[in-house]
Amino acid sequence: MIMKSINITKSHLFYPHRIKWASYHRIMANRTVAICLVLLAAMVFLALIAPWIAPYDPNDIDLKASLMSPTTEHWLGTDHLGRDILSRLLYGATTSFSIAISVVIFALTMGIILGGAAGYFSGIPDDIISRVIDLFLSFPSMIFALAIVGALGSSVLNLILALSLVHWASYARLMRGQVLSIKSNDYVSSARVMGASDCRILVKHILPNALSPVIVLATLDMGHVILSAAALSFLGLGIPPSIPEWGSMLNAGKEFMRTAPYLTLFPGMAITMTVVLFSLLGDGFREILDPESEVNGLVAS
Amino acid sequence: MLRYLSKRLAYMVATVLAVCALTFFLMNIIPGGTAELILKHTVLELEEIPTDEQIAEISSQYNLHDPLYVQFGRWLANALHGDLGDSYIQKKPVSYLLLLRLPATIMLAFTAMSIAILIGIPLGILCAVRENRFTDYLLRIVTLIGVSMPGFWLALLLILFFSVTLKLFPVAGYGELKYLVLPAVALSAHSLALTLRMVRTGMLEVMGQPYIAFAVSKGLSARYVILRHALKNALLPTITVLGMSLGHMLGGAVVIESIFSWPGVGSLLVDAISGRDIPLVLGCVLTIVGVFVTINLLVDLVYTYLDPRIRYG
Repeated sequence: MIMKSINITKSHLFYPHRIKWASYHRIMANRTVAICLVLLAAMVFLALIAPWIAPYDPNDIDLKASLMSPTTEHWLGTDHLGRDILSRLLYGATTSFSIAISVVIFALTMGIILGGAAGYFSGIPDDIISRVIDLFLSFPSMIFALAIVGALGSSVLNLILALSLVHWASYARLMRGQVLSIKSNDYVSSARVMGASDCRILVKHILPNALSPVIVLATLDMGHVILSAAALSFLGLGIPPSIPEWGSMLNAGKEFMRTAPYLTLFPGMAITMTVVLFSLLGDGFREILDPESEVNGLVAS
Repeated sequence: MLRYLSKRLAYMVATVLAVCALTFFLMNIIPGGTAELILKHTVLELEEIPTDEQIAEISSQYNLHDPLYVQFGRWLANALHGDLGDSYIQKKPVSYLLLLRLPATIMLAFTAMSIAILIGIPLGILCAVRENRFTDYLLRIVTLIGVSMPGFWLALLLILFFSVTLKLFPVAGYGELKYLVLPAVALSAHSLALTLRMVRTGMLEVMGQPYIAFAVSKGLSARYVILRHALKNALLPTITVLGMSLGHMLGGAVVIESIFSWPGVGSLLVDAISGRDIPLVLGCVLTIVGVFVTINLLVDLVYTYLDPRIRYG
């Protein structure tokens, strides 16, 4: 174990990017992480091939077959309009995953750029960016997302925009802290002495070493985004009704709880399972990549 | 300390202002829509299209022709005098509507927080004491699900089980204790799970400290050491998390309140947003964000009291 960590540090000194490959093996050695990765990959795969494997069109209305309990024809039953629940769940996975991935990528990029700039160029840019970060972290994100979506109207794009706007700040704060601690390292000074530009130092020397906790946060955040998106569409504010989504399926199902309780069971199970997997995966990543950080607190709000 | 406090207060005001300003400008992004919406909700029938005269009349009545920053400035000036304007749709003063709804939300959040604390802390201690044994594993799995489960789904499951099947509690309503139980439990789940997790981690960390070993070797009972020596220090990080989870709770309350038809600020906000009732939205956002930043300031102050090592300069 000790030998292993020395090896990593050594290669890391000379080739910062090598650390990624060292981590790859450690990731696969962690059983929980490996299982979560496989299951999530399977879910993403199912979401991607939904149009080919879904037994019915998710918006196919068949009033004769409305509110049917699970049968061999409709494995998970049908909703009040006779739409097949399994098909809607599969298409809903596509919606949820594409929203979560877009939001995380958008927030991550914004956070890395702004947080990186703040940490690297201390002084006035840092002051301004830090104030904005604090501002965005100091109020309940859900309320603000609600107001934005309400203002802009229901659409997938607006939902992504709103959630990105409330999520980027935690990445920026994390990134700023990372850059601040990394830039005092000797290899950064030596790169500067050798005449490397700020941009090169940031991208080649600081960024690869700052990413681990950001990846952990992004993984945990995926689940968080899926939850927020589902909550917004549950309120009927996130996504137009024509697009199948887990949150809005729950909203539609709650009217028929007495006669068709399965309508509220399956979409909720899908959300919970996905979020559990992302949260286990994030915890596992943290154990592997960044054992000492406290990313968890950031995701709490 | 005084300097820190004044800085924090100034910062709080700036935060609340910035959020209100952002909300205001976002709500107004769609041009000309406001007057039409007011008309649709008040004078007109469902499918009727408003005439230009009607729109002009409403616009001048509500000063909608002014540039946005003038409108916001006017709102702000009035708000400083305690006047949050009138709701476009309900035609009543926003502050009146808020005062009417605020007690319900406070009661709900307070109950949920109490549940989270009163159950989360003892269970967290239990987990730490029984680390890596059956109880610990079981509670950790429950916690994981509690954190990952959408609050609104838990609410639906509670209704399904306790109202529809067992008929123990009513589905929705307000006024008596029996109406409070299900929404409070649904709202508390996330914070409860977080509290449990934080107490467990904190306890495990503290239990490894030399002063605990010393207390035990002094011959103090395990109960005394856990409650008097360990818990006090383990609770510090929990308090921060509770402060943060209050934000989560205020957000969650929006959904929970609309499920249970709980007459709080959250459901008021959802109605206001669906109707694009701008003064009401601003009032709700102002209240919720104001409460949130105030409580977080209090949490930080309590922190200095509990942990004398922390000093704010």
